[in-house]
Amino acid sequence: MHNEHTNQHFQLRIDNGEYIEAKDYMPDGYRKHLIRQISQHAHSEVIGMQPEGNWITRAPSLRSKQILLAKIQDEGGHGLYLYSAAETLGISRVELIDQLHSGKAKYSNIFNYPALNWADIGAIGWLVDGAAIVNQVSLQRTSYGPYSRAMVRICKEESFHQRQGYEIMANMMKGTKEQREMAQDAMNRWWWPALMMFGPHDTDSPHSSDAVKWKIKRETNDELRQKFIDKTVQQAEIIGLTIPDKDLKFNEKTGHYDIGKINWDEFHRVINGNGPCNKQRMEHHIKYHNEGAWVREAAEAYKKKRLAKQLEIA
Amino acid sequence: MTQKEALFQYCLRLGDNALILGHRLSEWCSRAPFIEEDLALTNMSLDMIGRAQALLKYAAEVEGSGKTEDDLAYRRPEPKYFNHLITEQPNGDFAHTIARQLYISTFEYYFYSDLEKSKDKTLAAIASKAIKEVKYHLQHAADWTIRLGDGTEESRNRMQKAISDLWMWSGELFEMDEVENSLLKDGIAVDLIPIKALWSNHIKQVLTEATLNMPEEDYMQTGSRKGIHTENLGHILSEMQYLQRAYPDAKW
Ligand SMILES: [Fe+2]
Ligand SMILES: [Fe+2]
Repeated sequence: MHNEHTNQHFQLRIDNGEYIEAKDYMPDGYRKHLIRQISQHAHSEVIGMQPEGNWITRAPSLRSKQILLAKIQDEGGHGLYLYSAAETLGISRVELIDQLHSGKAKYSNIFNYPALNWADIGAIGWLVDGAAIVNQVSLQRTSYGPYSRAMVRICKEESFHQRQGYEIMANMMKGTKEQREMAQDAMNRWWWPALMMFGPHDTDSPHSSDAVKWKIKRETNDELRQKFIDKTVQQAEIIGLTIPDKDLKFNEKTGHYDIGKINWDEFHRVINGNGPCNKQRMEHHIKYHNEGAWVREAAEAYKKKRLAKQLEIA
Repeated sequence: MTQKEALFQYCLRLGDNALILGHRLSEWCSRAPFIEEDLALTNMSLDMIGRAQALLKYAAEVEGSGKTEDDLAYRRPEPKYFNHLITEQPNGDFAHTIARQLYISTFEYYFYSDLEKSKDKTLAAIASKAIKEVKYHLQHAADWTIRLGDGTEESRNRMQKAISDLWMWSGELFEMDEVENSLLKDGIAVDLIPIKALWSNHIKQVLTEATLNMPEEDYMQTGSRKGIHTENLGHILSEMQYLQRAYPDAKW
């Protein structure tokens, strides 16, 4: 049993800005919070491969096909780093995937929306990765060492993704009328879900207070969302895209953009399973995971056989 | 057939192989048995598409009619495609993808090792980059063939079936016609006759280690040298070329 004293010492380390490592003492709540957050983050990277993967075979040029493939690969790699970070907290990959399939673990709500036209690939890179970066840059200083280090690696790649996404949008806005329509259509569909990625307003956020005390979370949902809005509105203007919010305006007093009301009903509806793609994403993951079972079993069996042979020889 | 026409055709054949196999491998994205393998398969796909881009770019240059590699990839219909039929075969289960890769990568290993010595400087340069990638593809395919062959009973059955199912598409890899023959004279193309024996030996060696049987000599399918394909290619192209065909004026 860890007493009050140990927990105080832990909090002292956090307050001093120390990183917590896998073998260090941590309160159960801290560990649980991290497992939940890191696994949700890992699953998001992996599930996020699906909407973008939807366009790989239809990418319109050899260059764009390679960029998209490499991008999706990066996301899979992020999933891997994060699964490893979660594993340092004493949970296995098998358990993590089971929790995803049972619905116990979540993934980012954004991937429950469909990628409908080629500009969606631009919008996802620019807006979704763009929103993710704001969050992840802040997480580079999160108090858990393995998570923080995973974030540092991930952030370098995410900023590429965001630039490449923006480049697709910019090119399409310079293109034919149909291309401009596709770009604006993608903008209209992805803008609000991207803002919802930061989660509920600070006043309604259930997990925030502990996470802030433990410095897992360094900035609040609303602070992060505002950063994203401020940088993105200007980028949209430059290439001639309209932000689908008639109440959007620059606030001279605060120096920030004010936005209209976020539709939290939609957010809750989608998070509770009624988005356009919730079922599809999960069924896809389960289907291919199950179809691959015989391959994983074979690899395991082969490894055992080899080991047995080596022991015989020795 | 002039030398120029032969070289153009040769580049198309090699470029199309890489492009169509790259397309098939990319279909694995988010569908592999586990995430590391997802990354391995899409990595091979990336290698292939990069190689296709280099080869089709060169093909366009040789043809000299101002086309780009994208024009060649996205605006040619099926009969003008010259990839080997094996590259367009569906992924099937993981064992089928591995068997297809084993046949092709073994071939490419000997092929590109030779093409590296081509008198055509561009092809030689493309080959020396390709061979580095192919070595890894071959290792990956051979490792999995052995693992699956010598894994569980189910994996062994699946691997054996895949090896047998794809066998009839392997003969085409070694076909030579006037394109190869005329370029061979000038030291540009690769002689496929000696490669066939090397290929068979290596496949046999891997299958033996995998405790699998080498298929017997049998009728081999043919057609792609003349642009005659299986039903698969039409579907691949209708997907791949969709945006370029639907919006012919757009630049992407
Ligand atoms: Fe990512
Ligand atoms: Fe990303």
